[in-house]
Amino acid sequence: MRLRRKRRILRGMRKSRELTAVQDNTHSISPSDILLVATMRNEQIRLPYFLDYYRALGVNHFLFVDNGSVDGTVDYLRGMADVSIWHTLSSYRRASFGIDWMNHLKRRYAHGHWVLVVDPDELFVYPFCDSRPLRALTDWLDGSGIRSFSAMLLDVYPKGPVNAVPYQAGQDPLEIAHWFDSGNYSIKRNPVYGNLWIQGGPRARTFFANQPQKAPALNKIPLVKWDRRYSFVSSTHALLPRGLNQVYETNGGEKASGVLLHTKFLHTFTEKAEEELQRKQHYAQSAEYRAYAKSGAQPLDLWCSWSEKYINWRQLEILGLMSKGNWA
Amino acid sequence: MSTVGIVMLVHTALNRAEQVARHWIAAGCPVVIHVDTNVSKPVFTAFKAAFADEPLVLFSRRHRCEWGTWGIVAASQSASELMLARFPDVRHVYLASGACLPLRPVSELIDYLAARPRTDFIESATTADVPWIVGGLDVERFTLRFPFSWKRQRFLFDRYVALQRRIGMRRRIPSGLVPHMGSQWWCLTRRTLSAILDDPDRPRHDRYFRHVWIPDESYYQTLARLYSSKIESRSLTLSKFDFQGKPHNFYDDHLQLLRRSDCFAARKIWPHANRLYATFLGDSANAMKGTEPNPGKIDRIFAKAVERRTRGRPGLYMQSRLPDKGSENGVTCNPYSVFQGFTELFEDFEDWLSHVTGAKVHGHLFAPDRVEFAGRKPLLNGALSDSTRLRDYNSKAFLTNLIWNTRGERQCFQFGPQDNQSINWLVARDPNAQVSVISGAWAVSLFKSNKNFADLRKEAARLQQIEAKHIEVLRSRFVKARVRIWTMAEFVEAPMEPIQTILDEFGAHAQRHLNTAPKMVDLAGFGQFLQNLKNQGMHPYLMGDFPAEQGPFNLPNQPRKPYLVR
Repeated sequence: MRLRRKRRILRGMRKSRELTAVQDNTHSISPSDILLVATMRNEQIRLPYFLDYYRALGVNHFLFVDNGSVDGTVDYLRGMADVSIWHTLSSYRRASFGIDWMNHLKRRYAHGHWVLVVDPDELFVYPFCDSRPLRALTDWLDGSGIRSFSAMLLDVYPKGPVNAVPYQAGQDPLEIAHWFDSGNYSIKRNPVYGNLWIQGGPRARTFFANQPQKAPALNKIPLVKWDRRYSFVSSTHALLPRGLNQVYETNGGEKASGVLLHTKFLHTFTEKAEEELQRKQHYAQSAEYRAYAKSGAQPLDLWCSWSEKYINWRQLEILGLMSKGNWA
Repeated sequence: MSTVGIVMLVHTALNRAEQVARHWIAAGCPVVIHVDTNVSKPVFTAFKAAFADEPLVLFSRRHRCEWGTWGIVAASQSASELMLARFPDVRHVYLASGACLPLRPVSELIDYLAARPRTDFIESATTADVPWIVGGLDVERFTLRFPFSWKRQRFLFDRYVALQRRIGMRRRIPSGLVPHMGSQWWCLTRRTLSAILDDPDRPRHDRYFRHVWIPDESYYQTLARLYSSKIESRSLTLSKFDFQGKPHNFYDDHLQLLRRSDCFAARKIWPHANRLYATFLGDSANAMKGTEPNPGKIDRIFAKAVERRTRGRPGLYMQSRLPDKGSENGVTCNPYSVFQGFTELFEDFEDWLSHVTGAKVHGHLFAPDRVEFAGRKPLLNGALSDSTRLRDYNSKAFLTNLIWNTRGERQCFQFGPQDNQSINWLVARDPNAQVSVISGAWAVSLFKSNKNFADLRKEAARLQQIEAKHIEVLRSRFVKARVRIWTMAEFVEAPMEPIQTILDEFGAHAQRHLNTAPKMVDLAGFGQFLQNLKNQGMHPYLMGDFPAEQGPFNLPNQPRKPYLVR
């Protein structure tokens, strides 16, 4: 495992040569800052709300890897004092789906910081997020000696065809997509890294009903008190050293956990699906997009009569999708 | 100057500590501040300079305070000595930390203590009588030595404790002392405190407590018992502890809760809880106005947090709760019933059952060809899909999800040897499960079917084997479910009695007495069918002893016994 971890780190260093700094504001990072790291491609439309959302939670600095966007992402971000950008045209897939690049950035800039690793379409929800800033959570985690915090990916989708209501830049995506599946998740333990493997939700139900083992993994550990020796191994699903994956209690109790609201299913999804099918840069040869393409020509509608309407984190807590643990 | 002096132990968030200290002195209370030596020199000097022209604030000698060690006691000793020496008017000394926040107006505290001039407020109980010890060291706190830091040298700490246990090393508790423990935040009278600090035996006491584990929770608590004339064993500071013995933080959203506390101060306050600091340090006369003290509510919230962290919600499997087998604290969250053989034996059993009980009655949820949800719907609560592949991918999760998603409504489903058997142990171990089995009833559907007899025979052999295995599971000694097993022959004899028993267990949902009975299928010829199986060499035994009603015609008559002539 140590070798695997070292290999990951070396790989990150090697792949870091593919990155060129476009805007480097990392000198302004102060020791107690909370950082956010993300890789993106053509997500400009999501960024205004994304930045607002995480700034309001208390993220102090954003580290972005731009993987060849052509929609003006870089121009939009240029000049923001709390954003640093790196640019690359290299293969996302060959960089272990962006993980190598981000591992490198974290190793370089996030040592000793709490760092949040999310995609531009993921909104982080944690217990008391409506009344306590992110720093309250990280302070509590520090005080409890916890180094990593899990937040399962929860797909949210609109009622009706996903492209029925076009998303506007700056809009809260939850205004359009605020339905989710509350109780069809399968959990298994990965014996290799000790992380969980959660599958289910609307994508498993619609695209992968006949090949459930291929359904996308929903377990994520996005918030980590980073150390330069740490490394993500596959997306943010698993970390090394393995102790960081012990975000679940096996003795009957509940540890604290959050949710990443995955707002992928907006009108942009259909365009993305077509593009990504061409690029074949996503996990498992874009199985998900292929499954979607196979599902036919009619517009995608994930809604069903048992879909739950999103209200707030307390609702997710009651439904058992996340937990306050012993944070009160 | 007031008669209440505040001793404040400070190590982080100095700006908040300063704010609180100013609040105390504004009410005329002298404050002695101890700053941990871990705070760097420039920070300390700046902090001290802020109080330069404040005669009511003094700084005591600095010690290194590490959790669980003597430093904290030493700090409070030096600060208390300074307080008693320099402020002769002080009658009560209140020990507080930098993260404490006064909840009620200071004047109320002063009046309260003035009315009780001889009372010491210190939580103090003997080790045998308290449940809150975390970490397994209770009496041993006082009888072992703890030279190593628990936080930094955990390995040595644990090894040394183990070693002392092994060789039976014991410290003698100094004569006259009875170990007591309690919250480290006390409020003592000058009389008691000076008696403790000026005791000629103090070097002996200090020497002893220096190697006691977490002495700040036992030093004053034990010694106060020697000198105090009146101990009120409770802390005036509200403080809640989690399952590891760490104090809970209070945040802005606890404001309404704290207003209903009956304590004078609370800790720990999160340093960035601006609203709490603004409310309670601002116009604090109004902060508590119009609220009835209701400390029970605070207790409940934090007790629930501990419960959630240590036991969790029964029957929930999620990203941060995946109990190992055996430590689930409830395999599922709600009672449910499994019926095996009933749909085979009765026509329309599902409709009848849901009509009689009002419960949700599913068909064979684990059937090989489809998931038979009630009403044969494609989806169920929680968007649970009827795809058999999704179900079989993780059938245990399927069942626990189903029960979790429909909590509050009793679920019933049919089961049989033709279904996916991977949930058998889960159900058997689950006290929520009520399993009723009519063994051998699967033969009825074979009997009714129109297949070739050779295929039927094969199928019967297969099903019998599966059901026999299942029954073996249900009769194992690890079973926690309520299991009832009848052979089919037994059941057919008097069907209503067992059904009534099963339904009685449903509780209030079920009717007192059944006025409609489910209709049994026509079993004419079934005995013969079994006999035919037997004749083919497949011995069906699970259904019990079923007489072949019409005896076979073409058996040769038994030869008559020959008469014997003697």
